[in-house]
Amino acid sequence: MKIEISRHKVHNAFAQKVEEISGQNLFACYQCGNCTAGCPVSFAMDLGPHQVIRFSLLGLEEEVLESNTFWICASCLQCTSRCPKGLDIARIMEALRLVILRKKERLDHLEVAELSKEFLERIPQIALISGLRKFSS
Amino acid sequence: MVYLYFPGCTLYTKAQNLDEAGRECAKVLGFELKELSNWTCCGATFPLAKDNIMALAPPVRILARAKEEGSTLTTLCSVCFNVIKRTNQLIKGDEEKREKVNTFIEMDYQGDVRVLHYLEILKQEVGFDTIKATMKRDLQGMKVAPFYGCMLLRPFEEMQFDDKEAPTIFEELLEAISCEPVDFPYKIECCGAFQSVGAPEVATECAYAVLNSALKNGAEAVTTTCPLCQFNMDSMQKEIHEHHNDFRGIPVIYFTQLLALALGLPAEKLEFQRNDVDPRPLLKEKGLI
Repeated sequence: MKIEISRHKVHNAFAQKVEEISGQNLFACYQCGNCTAGCPVSFAMDLGPHQVIRFSLLGLEEEVLESNTFWICASCLQCTSRCPKGLDIARIMEALRLVILRKKERLDHLEVAELSKEFLERIPQIALISGLRKFSS
Repeated sequence: MVYLYFPGCTLYTKAQNLDEAGRECAKVLGFELKELSNWTCCGATFPLAKDNIMALAPPVRILARAKEEGSTLTTLCSVCFNVIKRTNQLIKGDEEKREKVNTFIEMDYQGDVRVLHYLEILKQEVGFDTIKATMKRDLQGMKVAPFYGCMLLRPFEEMQFDDKEAPTIFEELLEAISCEPVDFPYKIECCGAFQSVGAPEVATECAYAVLNSALKNGAEAVTTTCPLCQFNMDSMQKEIHEHHNDFRGIPVIYFTQLLALALGLPAEKLEFQRNDVDPRPLLKEKGLI
């Protein structure tokens, strides 16, 4: 049986795009899981942040982009603060949001029209501005 | 001493209780907050994508205006503090981005304004001993859990605000104003941040974890310095009750309101009616109002 070992699959176009936007070297990750363990919102994620990094390197673009991980991320930087390899994981999450938001279809994750008038009157500007900057193109 | 002050979007509206008390305390403590003229929103998020230079324009414009009027810039809101301080450092160290942003906003800013949080003024410039000596009202050892959240502290290397895992500045202030600081494991966790817009059920879980931890450690109130933390932990307590029957509820009070009380300012000036979980019954019980 012939087994082909290639670095091309690992360093695929999708992973490269994520690296380019985030400025982070995904290969630095050694899957310790510290990011996921300390993440205050990982309970609501389909995939932990460490899994998202591994999946990206394996070229599993669809699985990654269909996960809710980076939409649930609150950019609190706890992962970034604790990564033993110095990876800024919050930047990787931002890059994944942008991979989707920068597509020509402009599929926003959240639109103002989806928020009720009552809620809009209730929330502070700071929540609305930061939320829409994260969730819309 | 005069400090240029950047209020930010929310302090003029929903977070007047953070702003007003902060301005009043400054007067009592002998420093002046001079509001920056023609300020705009800072953007409320620091751009995490390397190529998102456009998002740097608002904070750089703010800093450039600050440079025209002084040498330091102070904020009360931790998110503004984070965005402006990070941007300042980036502009100082990255020539290419500096040039791009300056060309775009048609200003010339080199990253040389000193960005300070109000808490830093209290600690470094006024001194907690002075605050202690200026106190007019004993807060009776009220048990207050200091919630730092994310933006004051992280990323540690850029913010250089306090210890990244075990900060103490809030505790020092609380001790100075005769409160008993409550140590609790969630003090540097996330309140849910902007997820109150994207996934409110996730944000309320975060806020619940923080508040419940504070309660379990004996807190009578929680204090914050961020209007977003305040919203998630104070206003969203209604939603927390819907999911957690056992949740007792706890007032969340801005640190400037507590400081103002300690400095003897009249309670009517401190906008307690804006705190959704009314802190006044607790303050009455303590004989403070």
